[in-house]
Amino acid sequence: MSASTHKSPTFECETGNYHTFCPISCVSWLYQKIEDSFFLVIGTKTCGYFLQNAMGVMIFAEPRYAMAELEEGDISAQLNDYEELKRLCLQIKKDRQPGVIFWIGTCTTEIIKMDLEGIAPKLEADIQLPIIVARANGLDYAFTQGEDTVLAAMAYRCPDTIANNSIKHNNKCTTKTVIIFGSLPDPEVKQLSYELNKQNINIKGWLPSQRYSELPAIGPGDYVIGVNPFLSRTATTLMRRKKAKLISAPFPIGPDGTKEWIAKICKVFEIIPQGLEEREARIWSNLEEYISLIRGKSVFFMGDNLLEISLARFLIRCGMIVYEIGIPYMDKRYQGAEIELLQQTCEKMNVKMPKIVEKPDNYNQLDRIRDLQPDLVITGMAHANPLEARGINTKWSVEFTFAQIHGFTNSKDILELITRPLRRNNGLQAISDNIYTIPTSTNQ
Amino acid sequence: MKLAYWMYSGPAHIGTLRIASSFKNVHAIMHAPLGDDYFNVMRSMLERERNFTPVTASIVDRHVLARGSQEKVINNITRKDKEENPDLLILTPTCTSSILQEDLNNFVQRAAMETESDVILADVNHYRVNELEASDRTLEQIVSFYLQKAKKLNTLDVQKTVKPSVNIIGVLSLGFHHQHDLVDLKRLFEDLDIEINQIIPDNASVKELGLLPKAWFNFVPYREAGLLTAKLLSTEFNMPYVDVTPMGLLNIKTTIQQIQRILQDLQCIRNYESYVALQTKYVSQAAWFSRSIDCQNLTGKTAIVFGDATHSAAMTKILVKEMGIDVLWAGTYCMSDKKWFQEEVKDLCDRVIITDDHNLIGDMIAKTEPNAIFGTQMERHIGKRLNIPCGVISSPVHIQNFPLSYKPFLGYEGTNQIADLIYNSFTLGMEDHLLDLFGGHDTTDGITNTLSADNIIQWSPEALKELSKIPGFVRGKVKRNTEKFAISREYNLISLEVMYEAKEKVNS
Repeated sequence: MSASTHKSPTFECETGNYHTFCPISCVSWLYQKIEDSFFLVIGTKTCGYFLQNAMGVMIFAEPRYAMAELEEGDISAQLNDYEELKRLCLQIKKDRQPGVIFWIGTCTTEIIKMDLEGIAPKLEADIQLPIIVARANGLDYAFTQGEDTVLAAMAYRCPDTIANNSIKHNNKCTTKTVIIFGSLPDPEVKQLSYELNKQNINIKGWLPSQRYSELPAIGPGDYVIGVNPFLSRTATTLMRRKKAKLISAPFPIGPDGTKEWIAKICKVFEIIPQGLEEREARIWSNLEEYISLIRGKSVFFMGDNLLEISLARFLIRCGMIVYEIGIPYMDKRYQGAEIELLQQTCEKMNVKMPKIVEKPDNYNQLDRIRDLQPDLVITGMAHANPLEARGINTKWSVEFTFAQIHGFTNSKDILELITRPLRRNNGLQAISDNIYTIPTSTNQ
Repeated sequence: MKLAYWMYSGPAHIGTLRIASSFKNVHAIMHAPLGDDYFNVMRSMLERERNFTPVTASIVDRHVLARGSQEKVINNITRKDKEENPDLLILTPTCTSSILQEDLNNFVQRAAMETESDVILADVNHYRVNELEASDRTLEQIVSFYLQKAKKLNTLDVQKTVKPSVNIIGVLSLGFHHQHDLVDLKRLFEDLDIEINQIIPDNASVKELGLLPKAWFNFVPYREAGLLTAKLLSTEFNMPYVDVTPMGLLNIKTTIQQIQRILQDLQCIRNYESYVALQTKYVSQAAWFSRSIDCQNLTGKTAIVFGDATHSAAMTKILVKEMGIDVLWAGTYCMSDKKWFQEEVKDLCDRVIITDDHNLIGDMIAKTEPNAIFGTQMERHIGKRLNIPCGVISSPVHIQNFPLSYKPFLGYEGTNQIADLIYNSFTLGMEDHLLDLFGGHDTTDGITNTLSADNIIQWSPEALKELSKIPGFVRGKVKRNTEKFAISREYNLISLEVMYEAKEKVNS
């Protein structure tokens, strides 16, 4: 343990002048996940413009989300919030017949202090449709944290576990069921369930479920575990409000993360994992072709979606050198096990523990990138093309939130993404060698 | 509150940022919450920009909400001044920050005392103007600022150039085919033997805005941005301007005639008549193309047009007067330019639609069933659903409308481009004819391409079979016309007879 203390992670905090997606973007994947939902984003033209452009083609597929666009009368309180929202929600109820309406509060509703939490229960009774309020705004949160606010709000709606004493007493340690939180695409849900079933662990439910009506019951004594590193509010809510027990584990991203995630659950249920090591080893050997492309190469995370720690840990295990892990927000308690695994991985691979930069400053980061010349920068689209034009390979970070990256099966997909710019460049060598390099004069 | 899924034009700050990022060495600072810098992504992706977009945010977070921005905005301005050394810094409010009612002007004035660069506050109200109006205002604001400054420093140059010259005003970043249009405009003025004094804001330096009055006149190719600036220059320096968009042969001719008249008023006698004739006859293929027999098949075809005021009006004129196509209705989402648009197209189509509600447009298209649509990306998607071809003629657009190859919409080369676009949007002539003869190559039963199909009327199997023989692109129309006819006659089963009867009675 002494080794880990002198290699303990260094955390820095910069100015917070960085580029990321607005947290309301979570509606784009959540409306697809929760099939009977409708997401109403209560905000301005700016929010709408972001959604319409960021979601590109999806916007034309009759999405189950819309803007409640605030007008001057709403801002100056000439219009009654309750009546206005009622009118829109009735319209949605009529046109789409959703099972639940989510209200996504934005910066504007915060500033004008629109009492969404106060209005919702009244309106809910009035129109006979559940309304869940989540404040996913750019004042407080970044990108994926939007999902966190929605799931935290949903956690309140999970039915309580019926206190069935006989079962509880008898099966206290033998029930071996766990509730998983975090929105994942269906194939990933199936894959992770399969892995856990193999260890004789049952999944009692997922938050979120496929339909609002299928939300799992959660109560005191239930074990919960997260699949994504950005779900700290949800974790807190489940612990404090639902009195559930949180299993703290690294996240099932990469074969190492997935193994640790499963092992940690097994440990809680006092199960000796069966064939887990072998499974991990097999996955690693299947990845060798990709790993050989990146071994010894360096990577720089500018930071925008909170997956950075887990991805960096996986890439270090793949033999990469991580210069910097930028991250919007760092919950050291919720991500505790992940940070620990990161440390162990660094020791194992005999590399320096990378610097973790919270609330990074993109301008300063670009300076450091110029100095360090990493082989790969993982960044948002605002910087990707300009960096490419300066001879620096980039991978667009948002793809990691939309691609399937969890579990053993999808480890390959992560490396597929990571190696894509490198493979692309190998293909283009004939035309682009030496064309795009860092200019000697600072032409930025 | 308004329920909205889609917007034709963005929020005001996007307009301001488009102007700021078009100029050379101008940096914009948005007073905005985290995530509002989405403009950088759009510019970097749509325009495949190689340089970092000169826009940063001074982040409004919880602390700003509680205590006000205090020194934060000023520090961000002075920091950017040192880092980037721009000529001008524009502080841009956003929807969110404008309700905070902080005295941004005060920040600007305080910051300006410490900066090398000039600092101004974009003067746009987020709840009253949209992206396009804001871009028009911001351009005027910047020009006005630098003219004042030049006046004060006595560097204002009002001495006209020796040879006739022009300022081209309103070529912007993220503008629909603006870069290609600019190439053709440059060629046009070269042909007309007119020098280009300045092009703003595209790649222009604010330091040289004081030289704007040297031009003989101003030229505003697009109505959406630049008119206010042209009017300002007209009142301040008595500079005449041309605001006809040289899109389509007729419009180009009008543009050139107006230029000729302006030059004449300034004692420069030019006659461009033979130039116009030559270009129309040989350089542009469009006039000959509409005359060629292949285009006879376009006679009587119907279309609808929707887009920004500039492109929609010009396109309507081209379709009707240059291609002989029947425009059922034309519309624009530029609500603030309503009067001009109506005046422009009123004799060209049956109806004029002014709206920014895409649902209404979708319904209108479904109802009127044109053979082709000329609109924005949104209309393209509506067309896909209804199985009606669409040519994209206006913003908002996707990345495919920032093509790598040279595709202007303005000037004589533009007319060729547009003729191709129109012709390719309709089913090709011969194919159309053969499909009619042989009952189409599409034998699937997909006949429900209505937006809201309500099947109260039954079709007999024979009638259905007959319907399937009708070419795909008119099948929906025949189906609905027959159904309409059946309803009016209170039939509830459509047999072959009813179908024939309908065809005889209704002119489908």
